Amino acid sequence: MSAHDTTEPTRRDFLYIATGMAGVVGAGAFAWPFIDQMRPDASTLAVSSIEVDVSALTPGMSLTVKWRGKPVFIRNRTPKEIEDAKNVQLSQLKDPIARNANLPSDAQATDADRGAGKGKENWLVMIGVCTHLGCIPLGQQGDFGGWFCPCHGSQYDTAGRIRSGPAPENLPVPPLSFISDTVIKIG
Amino acid sequence: MSGGHSSYTPNTGIEKWVDARLPLPRLIYDSFVAYPVPRNLNYAYAFGGILAIMLVAQIITGVVLAMHYAAETGLAFNSVEKIMRDVNSGWLLRYLHSNGASMFFLAVWVHIFRGLYYGSYKAPRELLWILGVIILLLMMATAFMGYVLPWGQMSFWGATVITGFFTAFPIIGDPIQQLLLGGFAVDNPTLNRFFSLHYLLPFMIAGVVILHVWALHVTGQTNPTGIEVKSKTDTVAFTPYATIKDAFALSLFLILFAYFVFYMPNYMGHPDNYIPADSLKTPAHIVPEWYFLPFYAMLRAITFNIGPINSKLGGVLTMFGSIAILFVVPWLDTSKVRSAVYRPWYKLFFWIFVANAIMLGWLGSRPAEGIYTILSQLGTAFYFGFFIIIMPLLGLIETPRRIPNSITEAVLAKTKSGGQPAGVAAAPETKG
Repeated sequence: MSAHDTTEPTRRDFLYIATGMAGVVGAGAFAWPFIDQMRPDASTLAVSSIEVDVSALTPGMSLTVKWRGKPVFIRNRTPKEIEDAKNVQLSQLKDPIARNANLPSDAQATDADRGAGKGKENWLVMIGVCTHLGCIPLGQQGDFGGWFCPCHGSQYDTAGRIRSGPAPENLPVPPLSFISDTVIKIG
Repeated sequence: MSGGHSSYTPNTGIEKWVDARLPLPRLIYDSFVAYPVPRNLNYAYAFGGILAIMLVAQIITGVVLAMHYAAETGLAFNSVEKIMRDVNSGWLLRYLHSNGASMFFLAVWVHIFRGLYYGSYKAPRELLWILGVIILLLMMATAFMGYVLPWGQMSFWGATVITGFFTAFPIIGDPIQQLLLGGFAVDNPTLNRFFSLHYLLPFMIAGVVILHVWALHVTGQTNPTGIEVKSKTDTVAFTPYATIKDAFALSLFLILFAYFVFYMPNYMGHPDNYIPADSLKTPAHIVPEWYFLPFYAMLRAITFNIGPINSKLGGVLTMFGSIAILFVVPWLDTSKVRSAVYRPWYKLFFWIFVANAIMLGWLGSRPAEGIYTILSQLGTAFYFGFFIIIMPLLGLIETPRRIPNSITEAVLAKTKSGGQPAGVAAAPETKG
């Protein structure tokens, strides 16, 4: 090494670097299982879909179910709530994206794209976790008649869209489908 | 460790035998008996020792609590109640541990403020300071995870909110949060890993503390004058002078600790944490422990978007930044004078900074609305302004007071005006 006058890299330099790199790759490969074990395990991922019977919900009633450890709000909205939501211009929204897992990611947050699809506009299904820091908003409260988060004062309208407060996004709509007229599959 | 040659002389045969094989007694003697400390240290310098004792106390109480605790969502809350009601002396051990965390932070904030006041972070003690900030970060992580273990409502929702910080980062945020939680929400995997890490981190803190003390013993301690030790008359031996002074300060500190443990053990806690965790119901008011409140206020102060950074990410970056900025303090302070004693303007701004930190703490406990939000924003602006604007600028424009030539000169000038015979102060080690 230092004994050589030449600045030309030698075979030995190459061997040192190659050995060092092999060691780094080996250490990285060995570290991976220790990181990997922290990710959601098989039993957590297994409960990825649930079926909910909503036949008992008349307009104006809500149901909260647990999906992937998080609450999901299912609301059978009243005609007035739907009307209120439809009357909101997109320009009034803080977050103009639908955040609906069943639609393209750039779908706009119109009331139709927030609801559960054509003919099911009265159904609003959303993950009930405030998009600010994860508290659970209270239903039918606040200035917009939708949801109000008690932690930091975020307010959502009757279509679950963020209207005021620190939360950045609308409450997300999870992947869902109607198995029959009264059974919703979430996930 | 430093200070040139060792003054340890083994006397007995056993001492010589050990010294030739593993000179641990020599290391201890040189570090904690003969080690020279500045003669003018005041009680603000006692908190390093207090912190070391608190770390040991937390580890001991924590290890025994772990013998009775069950890290499982169905059992955790009840196992803590069992510690309180059934385990012999369990109530005392748990109150010592939970109040011990508060006392630990009380001591660390005083210790950090002392460093800021006397310029302890300046060359050649930058690494010493940085190691301290690393210890602070580890302490915060440990305290947060410990607070989750009783599995009450505040435990659960505190964990939800704090791990929620990571979702503020675009793209990588959600995967990071899932990696931390081991799922899509705070649940059993989260509790299990937090318990494991809560047990691990204090030993990592102990490791960094060893580096911190090592770095301290290489450069030597600062002192209220900020003047480096120049001669032997500037110092006294660690034992008995610093040992006794630290022990006296520790006694007073432990009296305060005991007062909380025995007379108001839940004063610094939150009643909601005596309600078992409920993943479907958020408490009306989520508040962190008191020692995190100023940072919580800064998190909530950012209610507006800053260019492409939305308010949520802005708040999280502000909060992380408020700690991260401590790492570069040694380079932000441009003054050639170390101690605030000789810096009239810095002294003024330092005390405003302390008052501001206390105000932010109070605001963190208030709801985030109206005047509280505005005051939080002003407080946050001053917090960062102190480091980014005031610190670099003051060093350039401030005229410091005349600095004594040595610690001894500073001490003698003080005692002369105090009316004591100078000889007593000049050589305290020779007087009874």
